[in-house]
Amino acid sequence: MELQLNEREKAFRKEARTWLQEQLTGPFKSLQGRGASGDQDTYVEERIAWGKVMGAAGWNCIGWPKEFGGRGCSIKEEAVFNEEYVRANGPGNIGHIGETLLGPTLIHFGSPEQQKRFLPPIVSCDEIWCQGYSEPGAGSDLANVQTKASLVGDEWIIEGQKIWTSGAQYSDWCFVLCRTDAEAPKHRGISYILVPMKQDGVEVRPIKQMGGSSEFAEVFFDGAKAEKDHVVGGVNNGWKVAMGTLAFERGASTLGQQYLFQKEFEQVVAVAKRTGAAEDPIFRQRIADAWIGLKIMRVNALRMLEHEGADLNREALISKLYWSNWHRDLGKLAMDLLGPEAELLDGAPYQLTAMQKWYLFSRADTIYAGSNQIQRNIIGERGLGLPKEPR
Amino acid sequence: MEFSFSEDQDELRRAARRFLEVQSSEERVRSAMETERGYDPATWEQLSEELAWTALTIPEAYGGLGMSYLELHPLMEEMGRALLCSPFFSTICLGANALLLAGSEGQKQRYLPEIAAGTTKPTLAYAEKNNRMDALGVEATYSRSGSGYALHGEKRYVLDGHTAELLVVAARSEGSTGAEGVSLFLVSGDAQGLERRWLPTMDQTRRLASVVLADVAISDDALLGEEGRGWELCERTLDLARIALAAEQVGAAEMCLEMSVEYAKVRKQFGRPIGSFQSIKHKCADMLMMVESARSAAFYASALAAQGDDGLSEAASSAKAYCSDTFFHCAAENIQIHGGIGFTWEHAAHLYFKRAKSSETLLGDPSFHRERVARCMGL
Repeated sequence: MELQLNEREKAFRKEARTWLQEQLTGPFKSLQGRGASGDQDTYVEERIAWGKVMGAAGWNCIGWPKEFGGRGCSIKEEAVFNEEYVRANGPGNIGHIGETLLGPTLIHFGSPEQQKRFLPPIVSCDEIWCQGYSEPGAGSDLANVQTKASLVGDEWIIEGQKIWTSGAQYSDWCFVLCRTDAEAPKHRGISYILVPMKQDGVEVRPIKQMGGSSEFAEVFFDGAKAEKDHVVGGVNNGWKVAMGTLAFERGASTLGQQYLFQKEFEQVVAVAKRTGAAEDPIFRQRIADAWIGLKIMRVNALRMLEHEGADLNREALISKLYWSNWHRDLGKLAMDLLGPEAELLDGAPYQLTAMQKWYLFSRADTIYAGSNQIQRNIIGERGLGLPKEPR
Repeated sequence: MEFSFSEDQDELRRAARRFLEVQSSEERVRSAMETERGYDPATWEQLSEELAWTALTIPEAYGGLGMSYLELHPLMEEMGRALLCSPFFSTICLGANALLLAGSEGQKQRYLPEIAAGTTKPTLAYAEKNNRMDALGVEATYSRSGSGYALHGEKRYVLDGHTAELLVVAARSEGSTGAEGVSLFLVSGDAQGLERRWLPTMDQTRRLASVVLADVAISDDALLGEEGRGWELCERTLDLARIALAAEQVGAAEMCLEMSVEYAKVRKQFGRPIGSFQSIKHKCADMLMMVESARSAAFYASALAAQGDDGLSEAASSAKAYCSDTFFHCAAENIQIHGGIGFTWEHAAHLYFKRAKSSETLLGDPSFHRERVARCMGL
């Protein structure tokens, strides 16, 4: 089951496929499949080099308007590119925070100077970004951020701590939600500030995850400096900007993600056949259920993509909750099928198999980027018009 | 394949909703429920004569409109939403589909125009009291008798079997086993030796009957499709019916969600609408996720049916399994969210809950279909 494509879109798919294949079976062969979810802290230098080649060839930020260095691709084309990228076993995109979060935010809320300064190096992969949102006391309750920015002369001085910051170890910049008016109601005293990472006053401490890798970090700001003009969308207007960023998620990554899921699912089926679990009536039910779920995920995505231009539709609202649950269940199924073998590592001290890796990582799927509980609030309030909780 | 409904299909849905809001209001559903027939003949006349729903999927060559399953899909959703009590499903999705798939040119010419006009209502009699949904369930037998055949046995769970004018009966040749030896026969509702009895059911919005065949003599031309290939044709018919049923379940599940949401917005406890509590809000969110996903499953299967592509069995079983689970879940949550009032006879929640259970079992339950999907996957 495929997306309906016109001749131009078909040509686009072919162009992407050819280019990716040339690169990923040629000079970047060793990067195939590296740095994916659960493994994002590996091959950093190589993936930056790859990002630069992608940028030079015009394959970064393809969904951005042309005037900002993108290709002005439609959501469909972007989805097609992502699907081809995963098919070609492309490595985890090291610039994805800049491409999918900061870029669209600057295009929408940034000043012309900010756009001119920050967008080109995202496209060329010369600057890597990370997201400074969560804090120890501000997870799902994001508006509770306490990191403080005060204007001293021509500079913002930043004090505080961020956490769960993906890629902080190798990022050049961070967009940080800071409290700039302690007196205002909590949603109205926040600013969205662009802060250089490579400076005294910024300390990054990687966090070791349950799978043993360290894809995210704690970031401590102790007198860190940012330029006065590097506030996006105006001082004390950061909450609006941050919420706007959420709305830019167009779901372009869904098809590529499903291709990955399909590959994982095939491995699960292979295990079931090898161990004989495929003959067990209860496992047969669970495998069929996972397969049905995966097919539905694809139709959900195709329906969403055909809704182009419309407001956030129901298919988009349910997407995160649906895939994260599905993927978490698949991880559990994989381990159940393996039985006692599920325990055996590839080696000491803690070398996980690929399947163990995504099994463990899938426990994060239902937490990051809006936990399942937050997703259900969003679906209930935006999708069904249910009243908000009194606060 | 396009992944959204066209403007025409949306218009069909809107027209169906307008019609059913009146003709299948809760009051009308309840009065149809009370009758042995199980439906209102005046509504049947309107939907077949004025709205031409019975003609929709029948080819133009046989007096129909020649539309596809993508037009049928929104209609089925609306019928499920309104809990329509009607022999439409048995007539079109079982009976007419069996004739379309298996009938000779002569048989199609003979019956399809009457079906399109709503004057003949066929149904399919395949299941029996052994409760099996596969070929092994067919125990009724046929034997040669003169220039025709004689049928013996008892069929059960025949949808609208007590009111249909025409029955498509699955029977096997004596001594045969498995799918081999099963053939389909057209039997008139008033045939000699046929005893039909309404089976009162927990879900009163759908009618089931038992059909006893005591040496029913039928002529040579009553054989439907090739002799001995009946099960294959029966399965294909069932798959098409399962897809339509899945669409019906989506519409009904969505109605349960809407009832829950409306109630959660107005019912106040602890000084605020219960829908502002996460315990209720999150239930509704899960229902929405399931309803939209069920719609995707049924839509995909309908689109395959419209195109006549391969993979129909897997898509039909996937849709039937997922949509059954979804409808049951939503109907059950709807009662829970309504609290005490949802448990009463006067509230409509139980009507949906009962329909959800009967639909779940009808034409194979979710476990049956997941096992079938596993086999389609090569497991």
